[in-house]
Amino acid sequence: MLSIESLRLIDREIAKYPTDQKQSAVMGALRIAQQEMHWLSSETIEEVASYLGMPVMAAYEVASFYNMYDLKPVGQHKITVCTNLPCALSGGVEAAEYVKQKLGIGFNETTADGKFTLKEGECMGACGDAPVMLHNNHKMCARMTCAQIDSLIEDLSK
Amino acid sequence: MSETKVILADLDGERTWRMADYVKRGGYEALKKIIADKTTPDEIIGLLKTSNLRGRGGAGFPTGLKWSFMPKAYVGPKYVVCNSDEGEPGTFKDRDILRYNPHAVIEGMIIAGYAMGCVAGYNYIHGEIFAEYQRFEEALEEARAAGLLGQRILGSEFSFDLFAHHGYGAYVCGEETGLLESLEGKKGQPRFKPPFPASFGLYGKPTTINNTETFAVVPFILRMGGEAFLALGKPNNGGTKIFSVSGHVNRPGNYEVRLGTPFAELLEMAGGMRGGRKLKAVIPGGSSAPVLPASIIMDTTMDYDAIAKAGSMLGSGAVIVMDESTCMVKALERLSYFYFEESCGQCTPCREGTGWMYRMMHRIENGQGRADDLALLDNVAENIMGRTICALGDAAAMPVRGFLKHYRDEFAYHIEHKRCLVPVELQREGSRIYVAQD
Repeated sequence: MLSIESLRLIDREIAKYPTDQKQSAVMGALRIAQQEMHWLSSETIEEVASYLGMPVMAAYEVASFYNMYDLKPVGQHKITVCTNLPCALSGGVEAAEYVKQKLGIGFNETTADGKFTLKEGECMGACGDAPVMLHNNHKMCARMTCAQIDSLIEDLSK
Repeated sequence: MSETKVILADLDGERTWRMADYVKRGGYEALKKIIADKTTPDEIIGLLKTSNLRGRGGAGFPTGLKWSFMPKAYVGPKYVVCNSDEGEPGTFKDRDILRYNPHAVIEGMIIAGYAMGCVAGYNYIHGEIFAEYQRFEEALEEARAAGLLGQRILGSEFSFDLFAHHGYGAYVCGEETGLLESLEGKKGQPRFKPPFPASFGLYGKPTTINNTETFAVVPFILRMGGEAFLALGKPNNGGTKIFSVSGHVNRPGNYEVRLGTPFAELLEMAGGMRGGRKLKAVIPGGSSAPVLPASIIMDTTMDYDAIAKAGSMLGSGAVIVMDESTCMVKALERLSYFYFEESCGQCTPCREGTGWMYRMMHRIENGQGRADDLALLDNVAENIMGRTICALGDAAAMPVRGFLKHYRDEFAYHIEHKRCLVPVELQREGSRIYVAQD
């Protein structure tokens, strides 16, 4: 069950759209739900759909279409590394390799202690700051040299 | 040889994103003036036409003309939508605009709402830039508190509200009708056109969609006049443009220059080539634009018409620079993977074709290319072009065609010799995309 705080945040999303277009809030609502639950289980998606008065299948379609929603459990810290061409030309692939080596996992894997999940990302619109990574979808980490990666992982390991 | 800043002017200070700072820089003067003078929508659209402003998102469609397509006599709500879903690889200008000058976008959108008689607007913001989304929401609250949004703006008859919508990771939503589907709370699969958004857009109502940079420059055009803006660029290519320069340069970043600036000057502003290596190729307008070899791009100016004449497109203004250490097979393989990953799956030529092209590129890169692969790549790309609902299919095919046109020998060498034409030592030294083959 989503908390009262999350439902209030979802209400703020709903208020952005015409009263007969509550479904427009589904992306925001799923984001808010994922922030609280850490991933989107079928139960969570059903709860969001029923809160917005839309078919569960329609909410599931949205959750499965956009790649920042996690339909399977992820580690406490999800790190997404952009390896697209502009980033790669400035060390994106090298940064990803370094994270893999450091955490001992590959893309789409989670460390045994459940702390870290590593994902390969597509363009985050920050190619000038390459290498770039996202932490738990919402925090952009720019110019990720090996030293920066070390300190990020150290901070998150605490 | 330096930048000519309009949107990015005077943003060196602290907290330039706050409304007070924007007002100090002349912000909201244009909006206040049109409301005080009761400027007619036709006058505003006329000014945009004079300015020769062309859409900054990729297609370069004349903005004044686009606004004039909105039905004037329509009874019922009309909408204005900003496309900040900046996911075209190489593009990172809208993020900086939202980060440092969000009120310019807000003012531009309010003016658009006024000129087209819209009741509300939405700014669709790229999923990966949550901090900028939050900042934009704060800027909206500031504007609302100042009476610039909501009912009877500045005591006039004009009412308009504006909201931010946060995407969550789908490149195809940068396509305007995919974006509209997404705004309606659906998966972002583009719609067949016609009908165009100006007649059937958000919630089936007349809607105009423009890029962030396009809206951001509107207040300046109103203040300085259409001719003055046009004079910053060249005929048919009015004004300045922000170019996002990435790749093998010393200072990657956003550079706002006059349209028509020689590429060589832009490269120099970005600090020249990294490690002093030789320029090999440039993708001038985001990953979908055909690549141009150094010999062509060094003789080209950065504007819509000159880049088109050189055989590519200005697109979103994302300039991806590659030096002599780059293996073009590897570069294209990565781009092909991107389009395969991002195809929405709606149209067969794109859904199947992007996967097919990626698999061929992958095997060529990995020393398993077949003798007829290049002809097959040509054929698949050719059969995607123009045969899909939206431009993602074309966007996937154009890089393939561009790379094969100019670097066919590198691909042929890869297939025949099962290794790169570019010496491995050189790749290791510079490209940063080198992956050991043996």
